[in-house]
Amino acid sequence: MKRQIPLIITFLVGFIVIFSEFIPQRFFGQISSTLEEWFLIISGFAIILGQLSLFKVNFLKIKFKQPNWPYYIVTLISFVVMVGFGAFWGTETSSGFLGDGAKIVATLGDKPFDYLFHNVYQHLSATMFSLLAFFIASAAYRAFIARNVESNLLLIAAVLVMLGNTSLGSALTGWLPESLKFLHLPRISEFIMKYPNTAGQRAIMIGAGLGLIGSSLRIILGIERSYLGGK
Amino acid sequence: MSAHKQIDRRWIFLLIFICVALPLIFVIGLPIETTENSRLVYDLVQNTPPGSKVILSFDYDPGSKPELHPMATAVMKNCLERNVKVIITALWPMGVQMAEEIHEELKTEYPQMEYGVDYVNLGFKAGGMVTVQAMGKSFRTIFPTDLNGTSINELPIMNGVKNFDNIAFVCSFSAGDPGIKQWVQITHDTFGKPVTGGVTGVSAPAVLPYVNEQQQLTGLLAGLKGAAEYEFMVKKPGTATSGMDAQSIAHLLIIIFIAIGNINYWRNKKKEAKGGE
Repeated sequence: MKRQIPLIITFLVGFIVIFSEFIPQRFFGQISSTLEEWFLIISGFAIILGQLSLFKVNFLKIKFKQPNWPYYIVTLISFVVMVGFGAFWGTETSSGFLGDGAKIVATLGDKPFDYLFHNVYQHLSATMFSLLAFFIASAAYRAFIARNVESNLLLIAAVLVMLGNTSLGSALTGWLPESLKFLHLPRISEFIMKYPNTAGQRAIMIGAGLGLIGSSLRIILGIERSYLGGK
Repeated sequence: MSAHKQIDRRWIFLLIFICVALPLIFVIGLPIETTENSRLVYDLVQNTPPGSKVILSFDYDPGSKPELHPMATAVMKNCLERNVKVIITALWPMGVQMAEEIHEELKTEYPQMEYGVDYVNLGFKAGGMVTVQAMGKSFRTIFPTDLNGTSINELPIMNGVKNFDNIAFVCSFSAGDPGIKQWVQITHDTFGKPVTGGVTGVSAPAVLPYVNEQQQLTGLLAGLKGAAEYEFMVKKPGTATSGMDAQSIAHLLIIIFIAIGNINYWRNKKKEAKGGE
């Protein structure tokens, strides 16, 4: 029963939502709307569940001193500090359990949660993203090697798009006369993105869409049960 | 350089750092050329009648802020200057803070603009695509209050806004999922409302197929270049415009590295062939 009841619920809900899209009856529309509201409520609770899970996973790794366990302490402390500050003194637009923390705001110039968000989280997050530039440069140096026809095409397309997507493209070919405008780097880049790229992306999207339909049907029909915690 | 020897990656990192940092300090002022996709976004905002209400969705976090924040700022300011009322929402939790930062800027730059009348921040809602779908049926069910807890019935900007029928267009600044795709699939494809927006440079190729004859997506601002193009069109250079020099030089350096990598490869191959003989 522990497994069958969730499977029955999934089956019923899945089919109701699918059928309500095809049957223009008020009744089906209402059921579909109610289910959407339930989904939104569950999504809200899923965030809390995710936070509890994060806490539990990190705590267990520290408890059993798994490899690199000191890093998990940092994660846990950061997590507790942010949640705690947010809960006690609230955020920019809302108060916490202890009000707005006027004294702290007078010292820091901001609520503790906002202070950490603006001065720590934002910069760390931006740094993580910025590191990509360094790794892309290093990876491109090794990866874009003209070994065969395919890699040649990839290399040429990559260089043209890279140049066309910057101001350099305009600076290098902006002087071309109207009759040779098709050689204008931004135009070439736009062409590559608009036609070969779009064609490839559409194929991927159609494939992914079919895969999504397949897995959804497997879940609704109870063939795929991994979401219940088993195989 | 001996066979198979490669440049130490630390040199690459150092050069990239210099190439990004120097143009930010000493601005070169390379030309900015507008593309059709960016012009479509600009035209959509320009052709929206004053007094109309639009949704700006902040679907990103600080990680993608350098690319998406300048375009969000430029589009929002352009809307407000044209007296187009802005309803802010977010499919990403951190999107709310991103919008609030622009809000702070607006307070000083446009003191005449009134919160709740000219723009409003409804905040974040979990649920992604389902949230968008439910918004299309009834706004009030999803957002009974704004970010400050004020009932949306008390906000003049929300008067007469029942669902997407009362919205001129939706503009999503998206760093991934949920984001612009969900807005296209529901707001345009189901409710028939124009959708536009901006994405990070790396996700642009995956979103571009939606800019098509059916106008599933009305134009697209792609990466820092898209943001710089928009700043250029509204004649308000900002952080994207100044960042374009750094990006251009960094791209050029990457191309030089690719060339060096290829020269090394062919030289090594030649040496191996000679050794084989």
